[in-house]
Amino acid sequence: MNNQNQHIKTVTGKSLKETAEKGGCGKCRASCQSACKTSCTVANQPCER
Amino acid sequence: MNDKGISPTRAIHKYELKGGYYVVDPCSGSVHVADKQAYDLLDKVTPARFEHYEGVKEAGSACLAEDKEHSSVCPESEQGGCYAELRELYKAGLLFAEDECEKYAETSIDAPLKALCLHVSHDCNLRCRYCFAKEVLCNEGIHSPQSEHDNYAKEVLCNEGIHSPQSEHDSFAEDNVSDHTAMSPETAIAAIDFLVAHSGERTELEADFFGGEPLMAWDTVTAAVAYARANEQSWGKRFRFTITTNGLLLDDEKIAYINAEMTNCVMSLDGRRSVNDIMRPTANGKGSFDVVVPKFRKLIKTRTKEGFTDHYIRGTFTAFNLDFAEDVIELARLGFRNISLEPVTCTNEADYAITNEHIPQIYEQYDKLFMFLTGCEHSQEVNGLDSKGINFFHFNVDLTGGACVIRRLRGCGAGNEYLAVAPNGDCYPCHRFVGNSAYNMGSVSKTLSLNIKEYFSKTHIYSKSDCSECWARFYCSGGCNASSYDCYGDCRRTDSQSVECLMMKKRLECAIALAAMRLNVANEVCDS
Repeated sequence: MNNQNQHIKTVTGKSLKETAEKGGCGKCRASCQSACKTSCTVANQPCER
Repeated sequence: MNDKGISPTRAIHKYELKGGYYVVDPCSGSVHVADKQAYDLLDKVTPARFEHYEGVKEAGSACLAEDKEHSSVCPESEQGGCYAELRELYKAGLLFAEDECEKYAETSIDAPLKALCLHVSHDCNLRCRYCFAKEVLCNEGIHSPQSEHDNYAKEVLCNEGIHSPQSEHDSFAEDNVSDHTAMSPETAIAAIDFLVAHSGERTELEADFFGGEPLMAWDTVTAAVAYARANEQSWGKRFRFTITTNGLLLDDEKIAYINAEMTNCVMSLDGRRSVNDIMRPTANGKGSFDVVVPKFRKLIKTRTKEGFTDHYIRGTFTAFNLDFAEDVIELARLGFRNISLEPVTCTNEADYAITNEHIPQIYEQYDKLFMFLTGCEHSQEVNGLDSKGINFFHFNVDLTGGACVIRRLRGCGAGNEYLAVAPNGDCYPCHRFVGNSAYNMGSVSKTLSLNIKEYFSKTHIYSKSDCSECWARFYCSGGCNASSYDCYGDCRRTDSQSVECLMMKKRLECAIALAAMRLNVANEVCDS
């Protein structure tokens, strides 16, 4: 994305649907979303492919 | 459609945080930083107007004709550049993107297993107060789950009808851990075999040693690790181990072992001494802070092996410490750099329960932490401490290379890719279901219940009641299934106004803003 904009700049133009094409491999780490372990958002998890 | 005629599934989320203006487009996954003019203009533009009007004058005139109340919509030519930038983003699929991910919702039904949580000990050598809430809940049959990792042995016991809950939930002098069950080394080894057997072609496997307090079953931990290490090459697998400990039993030998074998180590500590010791007393009612802090420091100091450096200090905040930002800062002051502080979850009857009335204070604390961490980005001295490199777990978000959308649809994978194993070898969807007979999925020595596995594989953001239109859905993945079950008796019921969801969304706002700063985009906009 061209970030020469004056009023709005794109931090990430990541297209989620494109990640589906080679996604779902399951190589990424398991994560727990329960506070009684250490909850996290899945968006916090790196892709390890 | 909302009041602007935008489908809720493609609505953007915009927010202001400490002078920055942030725009999240949920379905594309894009994030933008705006100036005030663009931020305000976003209230007045829609996909339909972007489609029909190339320029701001036409769009503004159309809006004026449609609705006189919106007469300020794009009225002046100086907004033309701003409108054009927004329209360009829209045309590029980075604003008001359609939700095209539902078709992937059921792609993981046959997913193989990749992780186990091994309850190697239901015994615990702390008497945390959080634990007694579970007794009350179990006793009343309302709900169960408590969110403190060391202590849901009580929940398990209640579920199994073994333990008789006490009504005096804050009488922590009493021994509240009467289940001293430990997993045998043989069962742990069977669990490793079970994981390998159900892992299909997946090569990266995980086992998490959990409790109670897993250091109380140390022989089981080491037996499982040794067995996996001895065989992983021939299996064509690679194991990653995690241990979660309250630290009381740590000694030099265990520290060395953990640092050599555990790719992650989670250490429980609530923050300031006074806060920690009220909630986390030892069996004789004394504080645990002074015992465990030196041990945790030693563990971290010697945790240098490549690939084995991950660790977190993990605490709980409650209604007793609604100034919990101070606890994060105190943990940083103690020298800890990777910090997680979780909200307690329990029924509202508990005197330390977090409820909706606490939300404003909690938001203030997250704002305070945001400013603290922002300062850490730019300075090594914040509040008189060396703050460089402080990593607050809940403000982490990978905006550029995070998990794929298939993973994001269902989050942790509990009950499908991830199971918990009780000391006797029985399997459950996750640690919070252990002991709940309705969710017993079989045993590591027998077969796996595919009905329950399929149910969880189909539990995703599109099957949850309040998630499919929420802006945060691709970040939180619908939250914790066990929390939904405990609150509503239904893993697929969610409430966007629940304390849990409100806190999650606030944390995400801070996380995204912090990530933008780290990428220097927020600063560029602020400076321009």
